[in-house]
Amino acid sequence: MAAIIEMKGVIKRFGTFVALDGVDLTVEEGEIVVVIGPSGSGKSTLIRCVNQLEEHSEGSIVVDGHAVARGADLGAIRAEIGMVFQSFNLFPHMSVLRNVALAPVRVRGLSWPEAEARAQRLLARVGLESQAGKYPAQLSGGQQQRVGIARALAMEPKVLLFDEPTSALDPEMVGEVLDVMQELAKTGVTMVVVTHEMGFARKVADRVVFMDAGRIVEQGAPAALFDAPSDSRLRNFLNAVLTH
Amino acid sequence: MSVFDTFLNWKVFVQTLPLLLSGLSITISLGLAAILLGFAGGMALALLRLYAPAPVRLIAIAYIDVFRAIPLLVLLVVVYYALPFVGLRFTPFTSATLALSMVSAAYSAEILRAGIEGVPKGQFEAARALGLSPLRRMTDVILPQAIKLVIPPMTSNAINVLKDTALASVVAMPDLLKQATQAQALAANPTPLISAALIYLILLLPLVRLVGIFERRMAARGR
Ligand SMILES: Nc1ncnc2c1ncn2[C@@H]1O[C@H](COP(=O)(O)OP(=O)(O)OP(=O)(O)O)[C@@H](O)[C@H]1O
Ligand SMILES: [Mg+2]
Repeated sequence: MAAIIEMKGVIKRFGTFVALDGVDLTVEEGEIVVVIGPSGSGKSTLIRCVNQLEEHSEGSIVVDGHAVARGADLGAIRAEIGMVFQSFNLFPHMSVLRNVALAPVRVRGLSWPEAEARAQRLLARVGLESQAGKYPAQLSGGQQQRVGIARALAMEPKVLLFDEPTSALDPEMVGEVLDVMQELAKTGVTMVVVTHEMGFARKVADRVVFMDAGRIVEQGAPAALFDAPSDSRLRNFLNAVLTH
Repeated sequence: MSVFDTFLNWKVFVQTLPLLLSGLSITISLGLAAILLGFAGGMALALLRLYAPAPVRLIAIAYIDVFRAIPLLVLLVVVYYALPFVGLRFTPFTSATLALSMVSAAYSAEILRAGIEGVPKGQFEAARALGLSPLRRMTDVILPQAIKLVIPPMTSNAINVLKDTALASVVAMPDLLKQATQAQALAANPTPLISAALIYLILLLPLVRLVGIFERRMAARGR
């Protein structure tokens, strides 16, 4: 198995505040890694460093064999990394179909008909084939997030990053998005998912990573981590989340 | 003599109308040229101000500040009467277009910058995360949204430019105001001036109303 993401000693500072405090994390091809941890522990910062939405301060990040750093061809690296945002971030002035087809045309050089055919196929896969002509504002939150997933998939990325993809959704829409993600996980896509959905983590993750105060405190198979947490911070976190 | 014979004399009006209309066409040409050039220049300045490396950014900021500070009339006079001393001689139309565009570019730049900054951060991030090039991020994702945000202030700016074209009459530009003052002298009657004022109103009132409509619509959407 090849490593898709390799982070070594990654430190991220915002001014004097240390958001990531020496993170080592390797994600293998086809692996589903779920990142959990309390608010402010650095989960978003961690995955945002992978595609350099945040520039890390120290340490090394290698994605699919390419060093991610200042001066690297970030466009090419980002093209291989799909990202799904908590707030969807669909382009409001474009139809759903164009949202999905845009980057394949602009970055991969597909023709519009090719890209739209691909987009249509992906929209069908997330259950939205009939919504292609609509604009994001005409869709529910759950539908928008499924478009967000299709948009990320359209680049055929090597890895997908999810930053709390269901946190902005009304409770009744969480399920439809998690279902799509679970289907996706079965197809062998590499995924790193930040989420508070412990049920999803237990069912889908190959490995769960627990972060606190900018460090990875504990990681392992979901059953081991959830049923026999060794670190007291993890125990407290799980208690708080599960009794919530 | 009635008030109408003095201020809205039909015979004088009919006689001088062709002159006024030729002035109006120059006013509109000048206004449109300055609005379009000002928009293009403003777009370039806004992008430089936001994204260029420090020295270029400072030059953009300096330009924007200087041309928002200088009175347009002063700039116009400098371009038309002072630049010939260093060998730069422009026609009245070119001088007026230059002066108006340079100032409009500075105002447009600030409006467009605010528009770009008004696009949610998540839009920039999504565009970057997809691997789009900086140019594509702007043209495909950010600018279409930014321009929509700045339609009301840009329309206000266009109104100001159209109004300011009247200043061009000081550099012997045969625009609407200049033609009206000349026609008044010829006819020894103020009717052409009144007519010119009415023509300015007919041109600009709809635009002013349009800004009001835009702003109300924006406010409704912002709720
Ligand atoms: N741009 C920024 N400037 C300054 N501080 C920041 C910035 N972004 C994040 N931080 C800080 O870094 C820390 C980690 O933030 P991060 O968003 O990674 O946490 P998180 O684990 O994703 O939390 P949450 O569950 O609330 O999303 C927080 O204390 C946050 O305040
Ligand atoms: Mg977060």
